[in-house]
Amino acid sequence: MSTAEPDLAVDLCGVRLPTPVLAASGCFGFGREMAAFVDLSEIGAVVTKSVSLEPRRGRPTPRVAETPSGMLNAIGLQNPGVEAFCERDLPFLADAGARVVASIVGRGAEEFGRVAARLAREPAVRLLEVNLSCPNVEHRGEVFATDPEAAAAVVRAVKAAAGQPVLAKLTADVTDLVAVAAAVVDAGADGLTLVNTLLGMAVDTKRRRPRLAAVTGGLSGPAIRPVAVRCVWQVAGALPGVPIVGSGGVVTAEDAAEFLLVGATAVAVGTASFVDPTAAVTVAAGLAGYLRASGVATVGELPALFKPGR
Amino acid sequence: MSAPLRERCQVAGHSRDGIYHTLALASPRIAAAARSGQFLAVLPGGDGFRLRRPFSVHRVGRAGARPLTVEFSFAVLGPGTQALGNLREGDELDVVGPLGRPFRPPAAAATCLLVGGGYGAAPLFLLSEELRAHGCRVYVLTGAATAERLFKPAESALLGDSLAVTTDDGSAGRRGVVTDAMPAILASAGVAQVYACGPMAMLAAVARTAAASDVPCQVAVEEQMACGTGICFSCVVPVFDGAPGLTRMARSCTEGPVFDGTAVAWAELALAAS
Repeated sequence: MSTAEPDLAVDLCGVRLPTPVLAASGCFGFGREMAAFVDLSEIGAVVTKSVSLEPRRGRPTPRVAETPSGMLNAIGLQNPGVEAFCERDLPFLADAGARVVASIVGRGAEEFGRVAARLAREPAVRLLEVNLSCPNVEHRGEVFATDPEAAAAVVRAVKAAAGQPVLAKLTADVTDLVAVAAAVVDAGADGLTLVNTLLGMAVDTKRRRPRLAAVTGGLSGPAIRPVAVRCVWQVAGALPGVPIVGSGGVVTAEDAAEFLLVGATAVAVGTASFVDPTAAVTVAAGLAGYLRASGVATVGELPALFKPGR
Repeated sequence: MSAPLRERCQVAGHSRDGIYHTLALASPRIAAAARSGQFLAVLPGGDGFRLRRPFSVHRVGRAGARPLTVEFSFAVLGPGTQALGNLREGDELDVVGPLGRPFRPPAAAATCLLVGGGYGAAPLFLLSEELRAHGCRVYVLTGAATAERLFKPAESALLGDSLAVTTDDGSAGRRGVVTDAMPAILASAGVAQVYACGPMAMLAAVARTAAASDVPCQVAVEEQMACGTGICFSCVVPVFDGAPGLTRMARSCTEGPVFDGTAVAWAELALAAS
């Protein structure tokens, strides 16, 4: 067994990250509030809440409901718009030493492209994550990742304008995820984030109403982890060499290791940050312990150690 | 306002008054920082994944002048609060706090009316202490659906210089809601500042009643939260912003939970009938 400290650093689409554990979009705000609890520079990367061209107000309340081993949310992409993000939030993140992945969202390919173009001027943004799969939109037509062609069109528009490598964030709420993944990679996506929340619903039986004002919302937390791990395994097998950020219910280092073993380059910690603001850092520390105990020197070796036949 | 802390706190005491539990947590640092209107985000233990629950600071326990414990109150409503209800002295609880912006005292000593609905009366205990230390005269008005839902009625009687009580069904105090009793108190007592905490529909009515008498009012809102720390954007309330009539969604965990009654766009909230 190796006694050297395991190397957690990874290369994600050409960007070197000190750990493979990211703070997931929508579960870390714009980082500011978390700086009271954690050194942002110690996190692999901070994926921002999605930003759109214009400010968005979001959905009415209640926006969240706790469910078994997870939660539903229908925030509705509330954000200050890309200009305010660049003026107020990005300098804070850069000063804090965070490696920033800017999550972007739009109502169509053109808006996505304009947001990407604005962020191309910001060297503090290291990667873009194209949110093709937020379920909390007014029209299902905005969930571009349910259709390979619509998703590819958005990615093409972003790639044409972007100054940074591009991750496409997809949904598991499709019949053939590999087809969507292949389409966005063909369109130029440098990597994939798998997966967004799953569309869900919960009912207050006493009041006989939906528990969310928006009726449906995105399911996150440990409840969706097996779905997310399956998605990463499927896509990694079908599209070898495409970097994947695994996301869905990571709470512990073992959860993160599941994703890395089946082929993810990195993982994103989402809902867990609501409970533990230091989750992205503690998961990374735990991962070092896992590698050490497994006698593995680097994170990148994990997929080769996976025994698919059980 | 100091940055919130995260601590594993020992339960220093667990008391019950009717349906309400009160936990005292040993945390000199959180206790020293806590102000009325602020809240704690506590993580109930037990099997499986749970979110933190926000509870407003009820009281601060002191040894002499030294803050030692911070208290919060709750009723058992589901598995999370059941787990909290099972905690005993010496057990540990993962706590983040104090969070949010506190009630602000009036510029000079004045007569204040503190209005609490149900267990929304919990933060009024610390508030009353702060205001009396500030030289204020304190009137308290509490209400609930029924007598059993009134928060610590015996202790509430000692909170201020006077206590008025309403219940929807008349099982304690005057029959009706707090805003039925409010105008007379505002008129007779020379109230210069109203503070309120309770369900949103009650806060809307209290804010409206205070505004009708031209008395400034601060409310501590209750919205569903996932994190309590500002990152989930769940607990928003519509607030007026800049140009007349324009509103934006403000996070009650970071910009609140205390807002000026006139800052909240009550008409935009879908309020359950009280």
